[in-house]
Amino acid sequence: MKITIERGALLKSLSHVQSVVERRNTIPILSNVLIQASGGALSFTATDLDMEIVESLVADVIEEGGTTAPAHTLYDIVRKLPDGSQVQLESGGKDPRLMLRAGRSEFALACLPREDFPVLSAGELPHSFAIEAKELAKLIDKSKFAISMEETRYYLNGIYFHVTDGKSPKLRAVATDGHRLARVETDAPKGSESMPGIIVPRKTVLEISRLIEDGDGPVQVAVSDAKIRFEFDGAVLTSKLIDGTFPDYNRVIPDGNDKVLAVNGKEFSQAVDRVATISTEKSRAVKLNLERGRLGLAVTNPESGNANEEILVDYNADPMEIGFNARYLLDITSQLDGEEARFLLADAGAPTIVRDAKDDAVLYVLMPMRV
Amino acid sequence: MSPALCRNCYTRIEAANARRCPSCHSPRVLRHDEVFTLGVAHVDCDAFYAAVEKRDNPDLANKPVIIGGGKRGVVSTACYLARSYGVHSAMPMFKALKACPDATVIRPRMSHYSAVGAEVKALMRELTPLVESLSIDEAFVDLRGTERLHRQSPAETMVKFAARVEKEIGITVSVGLSYCKFLAKMASDLDKPKGFSVIGETEALDFLARQPVSMIWGVGKSMGNKLARDGISTIGQIQKMDEKTLAKRYGAMGLRLAQLSHGQDARRVNPSAPMKSISNETTFFEDISNPEKLEEILWGLCENVSHRAKKSNLAGETVQLKLRTDQFKTISRSRTLADPTQLADKIFAHGADMLRKEVGAHKFRLIGIGIANLCDGDFADPPDLIDRQGTKRAEAERAMDKVRGKFGKDAIAKGRGIKSERG
Repeated sequence: MKITIERGALLKSLSHVQSVVERRNTIPILSNVLIQASGGALSFTATDLDMEIVESLVADVIEEGGTTAPAHTLYDIVRKLPDGSQVQLESGGKDPRLMLRAGRSEFALACLPREDFPVLSAGELPHSFAIEAKELAKLIDKSKFAISMEETRYYLNGIYFHVTDGKSPKLRAVATDGHRLARVETDAPKGSESMPGIIVPRKTVLEISRLIEDGDGPVQVAVSDAKIRFEFDGAVLTSKLIDGTFPDYNRVIPDGNDKVLAVNGKEFSQAVDRVATISTEKSRAVKLNLERGRLGLAVTNPESGNANEEILVDYNADPMEIGFNARYLLDITSQLDGEEARFLLADAGAPTIVRDAKDDAVLYVLMPMRV
Repeated sequence: MSPALCRNCYTRIEAANARRCPSCHSPRVLRHDEVFTLGVAHVDCDAFYAAVEKRDNPDLANKPVIIGGGKRGVVSTACYLARSYGVHSAMPMFKALKACPDATVIRPRMSHYSAVGAEVKALMRELTPLVESLSIDEAFVDLRGTERLHRQSPAETMVKFAARVEKEIGITVSVGLSYCKFLAKMASDLDKPKGFSVIGETEALDFLARQPVSMIWGVGKSMGNKLARDGISTIGQIQKMDEKTLAKRYGAMGLRLAQLSHGQDARRVNPSAPMKSISNETTFFEDISNPEKLEEILWGLCENVSHRAKKSNLAGETVQLKLRTDQFKTISRSRTLADPTQLADKIFAHGADMLRKEVGAHKFRLIGIGIANLCDGDFADPPDLIDRQGTKRAEAERAMDKVRGKFGKDAIAKGRGIKSERG
């Protein structure tokens, strides 16, 4: 194999590919990226056995062939090459290693035979549809912060995608860690209606969100009970799904919360952030004091002191006090694009709903804290 | 002429060189130049677990007693009589019994010992709030500045304290008295059991020079090896070295070596030195590989850890699992949780999950579970959106704790903790 390619294009592909590769591997070849050149195209394949990415790009192929080389090392080298340089990759000559040349730099990297590289078979993916990159990005970006990291509840370690029943079905992305829940929806794309409910693992979610970042155009999605595949802009990402049952999240979303608090989202976030400065590392509790037309924010830390701030809000129900984890509040308010955030409350012990006044597509549920 | 104090009748002895107390004729005379000016004490109970057992069962008074777990366990404490046969703590039980076949072996009753330990510490706290607990049976007591309050020197206070512990609690303690924690701890080790040793400022350097480096707090096996490789075995050798050289060679530890070797220890007696972790482990009678059996044992350990956490209103953000294989390889696994917990149910869920990844290939001789990164129990186990049952299980656990508090440990148990009749 012998190819020449511009550094910028190579770097972009390698950056997608290297993030799939785990930093530590017990199987050596999993640290490598499979490089193949044929026709006028160069392709990179990386896998962690749960997920596989194949990215193809146009290159000047002088001699067809392929090999596997350490993904992180390759990425680091290309990252450090000067902008605009032409990179040459060569393998299969006298030297058993992969030769990388650019300008006056030359690297020889240890390789493993490409025949040993594992292939993730996707199997049949019966449900397929297309979704605009921006729509998919919104579903993911506005819900991923709520994904649980708790290994004992593995079925929460991803985003749950499913399509609602009814006349105008919606494609929903739901994530929760037990403290907060995020639900984002969009009109169900044609062909997605028959899709089963699936849990896409966190690593796959982050990878696809990197892939479609700032991108435009449709993403092709294909789904089975066990796997999902995304195709976008020359890249194909195939991943196993989490084999588990996502809890019935509708039970968690209260419908009788009648106390409405409307605040300016930005003003509120800044105030929460300010008072939370003195909260303890462990608790991060902020107390909200609601009265007609005003909201008091208070943090008490027995060791360092206390903080109070008041903001003018739209609130007409009975006065109440409720506590939240400041970090969770900020996580949610930072997802709201509109000016006004709406809190729907019941009482100090019950889940609270947070919505964007301008955007019905997003809904958050937050569990209060004892304060 | 050095001032002296009678440990029997507490008289200050004026006569120079009197070997017995002039008023009560006791030979227990404490004579030292600085005896009435030093104020940092270290108290260590003598063969603590064994002493408690002997106190509770006078029949054992003149018999060798070993506290430890069964045939497979190790010696955790041996009474002084048993020690004279060569038994020492951390010795495998079968070896101990070979050395001393007549010994009475008693399974440790930890909660009982910790209650007795707490009584000893309560007596210390009557003297000063500056009591820093180091373990179940030892503590530092800072009595500097209490001379006018107690109308006596710290030495007299501690001599009377030791006598009071013996009389009221029925066990003996050894006391070390010095001007800093490091030397006080060393002193309490010099004259055990029922000892009282003093190391003053004037003799500190000479005393330290003779000691091996391993006596320095923080010098363990690996640091000891490092020093040995450089030809250093006694503290005296370190005293002769330059602080800068030591710092260059051994980093922060080098500085500590320089200071401690000269008897300089600025650490204060800190009464609130917090608990770092709560854990419990057990060694099996026979190696176990059956995962269900391991989980069953794990559950009991989790209940114990949880009970202690709840009692001190603490919760842990990290769950730690410890396993030891039949080849004596120790496996430690830990996991940080989203929220601190004090519930047996949650500790078990994480512990068992980590355990499942380790079982299969090995047989195990020990299992342990603990929580670390402790914080206030008020932050523990917040209500969960998804796991509504979790809140109920937490309530159930708290209710069970109440029942146990009233009717004893075995009054109520979870189904998991009861062995199936059908096996």
